[in-house]
Amino acid sequence: MSAYKASNCKLLLGSLSEYVDGTLAAELCQAIEQHTLVCENCRIVVDTLQKTVFLVHEQARLPVDLPDGLRKRLFHALEMDELLEK
Amino acid sequence: MTENVQQFSVAALQAGDRNEFARMVDAFTPKLYRLAIKMLGNEQDAEDIVQNTFLKAFQHLRGFESRSSLSTWLYRIAANEALMLLRRKRPETTFSDALPEDEGQSAEYEPAEFSDWCCLPEEEFVSSEARLALDQGIQTLSENLRIVFLLRDIEGLSIQETGEALGLTETTVKTRLLRARLRLREQLSQFYSERMHRNVETK
Repeated sequence: MSAYKASNCKLLLGSLSEYVDGTLAAELCQAIEQHTLVCENCRIVVDTLQKTVFLVHEQARLPVDLPDGLRKRLFHALEMDELLEK
Repeated sequence: MTENVQQFSVAALQAGDRNEFARMVDAFTPKLYRLAIKMLGNEQDAEDIVQNTFLKAFQHLRGFESRSSLSTWLYRIAANEALMLLRRKRPETTFSDALPEDEGQSAEYEPAEFSDWCCLPEEEFVSSEARLALDQGIQTLSENLRIVFLLRDIEGLSIQETGEALGLTETTVKTRLLRARLRLREQLSQFYSERMHRNVETK
């Protein structure tokens, strides 16, 4: 394993989104994983970024709270009142 | 992320089939409302966005050419409506407002918070306070970053679809998404590092 310099942190930053999404090339994933073994700050950034995106995706699975009567008002505005019951 | 598995007949919609249109309205209302409320931050504006989106969709359905999916097309209309309303609401556009905030120095997006909050107990992440912190973090993103982030990470569009919906290149979408995520990570790090300290103190 080669030693990394601090400037590598900045270089790796640009690939982190794709790394989190699992769309980054294997070679670059390896570079990130090797770097985070020796750079504690970057390890934390990668882990907490992964957790951040995970929490966002979890929130996106929750049902959406719609205001009362929204459907009725929408159907009325779209002149589809007769279709409300369907 | 929930995928929209419901299929709609574009031919029926374009032929003016009201039942099919109503079915589309029911399927997309929650998604479009969620996008709008997270962009605008208030219920009335969000409802207006959803209504205008469907009115415009109805007017322009004949021009829909299926180059993008129906879902991406609706998100495109809604995103435009939301961004236009935000711009109208801004009192005066000063010169600095006109500069795209997300094209600033990359140094602004460099991580500054290094607390390792991943190890907090699971209940910390599902509390109503945690959800609020996430929502508030999203609200601190600039409009340009927020719309990309919401389409990709909340609505589950691909990078390509997000680009289509916003008229942006994939490179720009990727850059803005990364910046949005990094900024949100900073926000959550501040929130959770306080929780970590509190946890330690109460032990």
